Amino acid sequence: MSGAEKIDVTVTEIVAVNELVTRFKFERTDGGLLPTFSGGAHTVVEMKDGAITRMNPYSLMSDPMDQSAYTISVRRDDEGRGGSLFMHNNVSVGDKMVISYPVNLFSLDLRAKKQLFIAGGIGITPFLSQIKQMERLGGAWELHYACRNAALGSYVDELLSAHPYEAHVYYDDEKQAIALEELLNGQPVGTHVYVCGPKGMINWVRATTEKLGWPREAVHYEEFLAPQPGKPFEVKLAVSNKVIQVGEDESLLEAMERSGVDAPYLCRGGACGQCETRVIDYSGNFIHRDHWLEDDEHASGEKIMPCVSRFEGKTLVLDR
Amino acid sequence: MSKFEFPQSIRSRPVWGTLEPRAGKHHLMIADAQGAEAILDVATPELMTGAHIIFIAKGTDYGDKLRALNPAQYYEGPSYEAAASRIQRVLQDAKMSTQVYLSGTESLMGQAMRECTNAGIPYTAVQTEHRGSTARRMQCVHCKGITEDVAIDPFVCSHCGLNLFVRDHYSRRLAAYQGVCIDAEDPGNVPPSKGIYE
Repeated sequence: MSGAEKIDVTVTEIVAVNELVTRFKFERTDGGLLPTFSGGAHTVVEMKDGAITRMNPYSLMSDPMDQSAYTISVRRDDEGRGGSLFMHNNVSVGDKMVISYPVNLFSLDLRAKKQLFIAGGIGITPFLSQIKQMERLGGAWELHYACRNAALGSYVDELLSAHPYEAHVYYDDEKQAIALEELLNGQPVGTHVYVCGPKGMINWVRATTEKLGWPREAVHYEEFLAPQPGKPFEVKLAVSNKVIQVGEDESLLEAMERSGVDAPYLCRGGACGQCETRVIDYSGNFIHRDHWLEDDEHASGEKIMPCVSRFEGKTLVLDR
Repeated sequence: MSKFEFPQSIRSRPVWGTLEPRAGKHHLMIADAQGAEAILDVATPELMTGAHIIFIAKGTDYGDKLRALNPAQYYEGPSYEAAASRIQRVLQDAKMSTQVYLSGTESLMGQAMRECTNAGIPYTAVQTEHRGSTARRMQCVHCKGITEDVAIDPFVCSHCGLNLFVRDHYSRRLAAYQGVCIDAEDPGNVPPSKGIYE
C-alpha cells in the first residue's frame, strides 16, 4: 500500500471558525495515542464520498507534542472538486475516518537563528503548529499574516492575544499590506523565511528574497495544489498492463488507484515528488501542474507527476 | 600564478569555487594575500557601494589596489586572528541581504566560513575562491593542537612533536584538515617529507 501508514480516527469536535473555515478534531478510534509530529506536518484525510475515495492533505494545526488529538482547519472551496465541501457538509461528530501518519514537507530548519513566517488566508494552518513548536523550543519567531478581512481572519484573535509582539495581521479590505521588502531587508543574518498561502504570495516572497540576495536554503514555501479538472484522457500503464481512462473530475493518480494500481504518493499536491512517473511513449501535450519537476524536465516529456498533472493527446504510456 | 587545480579527492575535502557578483545590499569580502586578486576580478562599482573588504596582507602589497576599488568599508589587518573579532562583529550585525565572498588560502576561507555558519548563513550560500598558497591548517588528531601553513607531508606537530600524515579529511567545525601519526606502529619509521601535492 502506497502513502504513509494509516490511522483509524473518530471525529470528536467540529467548530465553525468563520463563514468559510471549519475546524475538525480527530482522536484515535482505539483510544490510543497519536504520534507526535513536527510543526508544518500534514495528514492525508480519506473521504468516502459515494463510490469515490477522496484523499486530501491538510496541515496539522494542533500542538505537535499533543498526542491526544489532531486538529485541522478546512476552508470551503465551492469551486473545487468536492473534498472540502464533503468535509463541511457530510462529516459529523462521531464519524469514523482514516487519516495518514503525519508527513512533513514544510519543516522548520532548526539551525536558523530566527524564523519568519508569512501566511496568506488559510495558509495560516501550518504556522499554528510551528508556532507551538517554537514556543516550546524558546526560539525567536515572527508572524506576518494577511487575510481578506476581520470576519475571515481565522485564528487572528487567538494569535494576537497569545503573541502580541510576534504576530502581525494585515486586512486586505483595510488596504493593509505586508511591507515585504522592508521586512526582509531588516532581518538579521541567520533568519529563515517560510511562506504558505496563495500562489501569488509565494511567488512574491520568492522573487523578493531572490532580488535581495537571500540564500535559497533560507526560503521555504508550501503550496498544496488541488488537482484541476480537465478533458478526459486515456493512459496505458505498461508495468500493470492496463489501459485506463482518466475522467474529467479525477486526477491521473486517482484513476490509477481506482483501477487497482498501487501507485506511490505522499502529498497528493504536486510538492513531494513521491509519485514521479517515467513516461515511456507519448503523442500529445502534457499539462504539468506540479512544482516538483524542473522546467527542463517538464519540457523533456520524460516525466509526469500524476497527482496534479494531466495530458491531452492521442497516446500516453507510463512506466507504472 | 596564484591559481591551483586541486586534485580530485574524498568527499570530505572542501571544493572551492569562483567568485561571481550576486544580488544583495551588502557584500562582505574577506581575503588574504593573493586572495585579493579574486576580489579585484569580481569587483564592480555597484558591488563596491555596499562592500566591506577585510584584507589580511601577509606581506603582499595588494592593499592599495583594493583601497582603489573604493569599497564602502576597508580594513587591513596583520593576521586572521587579529581580524577575527571584527569579522564576528560584522556578522553579528549583518542583515539577510548580505553576500559573503571568501578568497585566498584554505585556512582563511575555512575559518571565515566557520564564522559565517556560526552566524547562521548556510555554507552553500557563501562564495569561495582559492588563490595563493596551498599550505594547510592542520589539526593533530592526538593532541588537538593546530599547526598553520603546513606545506609538506608528513610534518611534525608543532605542539606534541608527533610525525603526522596529512589527510584530506576535513573538519568544518575546526576549519582544519586532520593530521594522523604516521609511525605509531613502528616508531621512527617516517618516510621523507615532500610537498603535499608532489
